This record gives sequence, C-alpha cells and structure tokens, in this order.
Amino acid sequence: MSCARMEGKILGYVDGRLKESERLEVEKHLGSCAACRLRANEFRAVSGLLDELPVIEPSAAFDLRVHARVAAEPVKQSWWAWFAPSPRVAFAASMLLLATVWLGLRPPDSSLSATDIDKINQDMPVLENYDVISDFAPLMELPPPVQADESTQQNQQM
Amino acid sequence: MARSDVQLMLDVKAGDEQSFALLLHRYRSPLVNFLYRMVRNREQAEDLAQEVFLRVYRAREDYVPSAKFTTWLFRIATNLALNSVRDNRYQRMEISLDAPVTADAENGGEKTMDVAEKHPNIEQHLIEKARSKMIRHAIEKLPEKQRAAVLLHKYQELDYGEISKILQCSESALKSLLFRAYETLRVELAPLVAQQLKQ
Repeated sequence: MSCARMEGKILGYVDGRLKESERLEVEKHLGSCAACRLRANEFRAVSGLLDELPVIEPSAAFDLRVHARVAAEPVKQSWWAWFAPSPRVAFAASMLLLATVWLGLRPPDSSLSATDIDKINQDMPVLENYDVISDFAPLMELPPPVQADESTQQNQQM
Repeated sequence: MARSDVQLMLDVKAGDEQSFALLLHRYRSPLVNFLYRMVRNREQAEDLAQEVFLRVYRAREDYVPSAKFTTWLFRIATNLALNSVRDNRYQRMEISLDAPVTADAENGGEKTMDVAEKHPNIEQHLIEKARSKMIRHAIEKLPEKQRAAVLLHKYQELDYGEISKILQCSESALKSLLFRAYETLRVELAPLVAQQLKQ
C-alpha cells in the first residue's frame, strides 16, 4: 500500500472501523513507513483530545418547548376527511329527513266536511265576482261617496 | 424490548404522540450537543434542535422508512446548522469591530459553569479550562462541512455511508474531508498532541 492510499484508511484504522483484511494491509504499511506511523499516532491523539470536550445537557424547559410547538401545529385534515360527516351536520340531516317523512305520511286535512265544501263551491261565483269588482279600474276612478250629513246641510240651506 | 427508531416513527405517523415523546427523549441530548458544537451557542443550539423535532413531526405523514432514522434526523440537523453558521457569519460581518469584547462573547456565548468545587486545585482547573478552550477553538476553526463530518463521525458514531448521505457527498469524498479535518486539528492542537504522545 502507498502513503497516498493510506489517506482513506488511516482514520478508519485509528477508530477500529476497518475490515480485518484492510487492517492487516494498513498495519503492514505502518510497519515499514515511519511517517504514516507517526501520523496514525497523532490522529489517535487528536481523537483522544476530542473525547475531552464536555457533554452538555439540554435545559429543563427543552422538552416542554418542543411539546408546546408541536401542540401549536395546525391539525392537518386529510382529503378523505371532507367526506366524513360531522355530528352536527348528521343530526341536522336526520332531522330534515324525519320531517320530510312525517309530512309525506300525514293524512290529508279532514277538518272540512263535504257540506262545507259544497257551500264553498256554491259561493264560488260570488267570490269570483267580488274579485273582479274589487279590482275593476273604472270603479276606482269614481268620485268618493257623498257623506249623508253634508247632503242634509245643503238641503237646509236651500 | 425497546422499539426501533423506525417503528417509533411509524407509530408517530399512525397518530401515537407517546412515540414522538420517546424519540424526543432518545435524541434530545445528541442533537443539542451536535448543534451546540456546530453553532457554538447554547440557546441557538436548543432553538435549532426544537426546529429539527418540529420538522420531524410535520413530516410524519409522509415518512417512509427508506433510510436509517438517524440519517434523516441528522441530515435535517446538519442542514439547519450549516444555514445557521452561514447566517451568523454574515451577521458577524455587520457587527462593528469597535464593539467591546465581553467574556461571554469570548466563549462564543457559552456560559461556562463554575466547576471550582470539582477542582480544589485552581491551577489544575485553569489548565483544563485552557485545554478545553483550545480544543473547542480548533474544532470551531474547521470549515463547516469538515466540522460537521468530524462531529458526526466522532460523537454520533455514524458510519461512513450514513455521514456521506447526510452531507450529500460520496464516501471517498467524505474520507478525504475527514482526513483534511484531522490534519488541520493535528496542526492546531500540536502542543496537546505532543503531550498526549509523551504519555
């Protein structure tokens, strides 16, 4: 193995991450190359120094803050949720259905007897004439009816 | 038996909020630490970690277990961190150079804990503090993509395949990225490396 190829292997060797065959190959090179041997030892020393850095603990409020932010997230409605009936809508729809069925099944209004209906039929021409007269334009243009009191006063003056 | 991440996520998809709480519990610390080491500001790291979890929750309905959950999670985190680092860089450029440097700013906004009780020997405490600061600064000075690669490789112990998917590069490009990062760290931390080798 050349020194250039050691570049990709040396750290793996120091950390013990190489396969057995690779490790043996590296060790063979280190046995004959003082420069690479020194570098491997120095890398091992650097790795040991990095272990000295203290580990910090997240603050006590960290979890609470994450949970609060998660709780503040808007609830995602799936596309299918649109089809799911809400309880209020389902209740209103069932009430409407019940009312429709009830109105449909209700017997016809029987408060009028057959004689009442006959009488209405007899009065129908009169009612129709009333409708015509009440809406007859020439009659609307007639002067207002003369008051009885005024006519008697006029007769007395004469 | 503990449910796998993928199973938990599928349960979240099915509407189980408890599974989301379990995922949060499982990954809150690794995510906050990763983001903290990326952006060097604790408050910002927590805000970004919250955003990551929120995005996971929002994406639950479209979740398909095509990759490892951690790959997906850290990909979201890395993208947010890289954007944040770039935004911060532009913000920093706008800040006046005359602004007074405070101790807090010197520590990258980090409020250092008073650990004097743990170290009765004040000299020892100061040495460890300086050492820790040197390591932090060395990581901070790495280009952001190299930094993300080192953090994912070293602290999350993700394999090369996963990291290359997160950083959207080939495995060979990732190995080259990591090699260059370690080379830079080796030079930046030369005094500490020499000490380590002597021991």
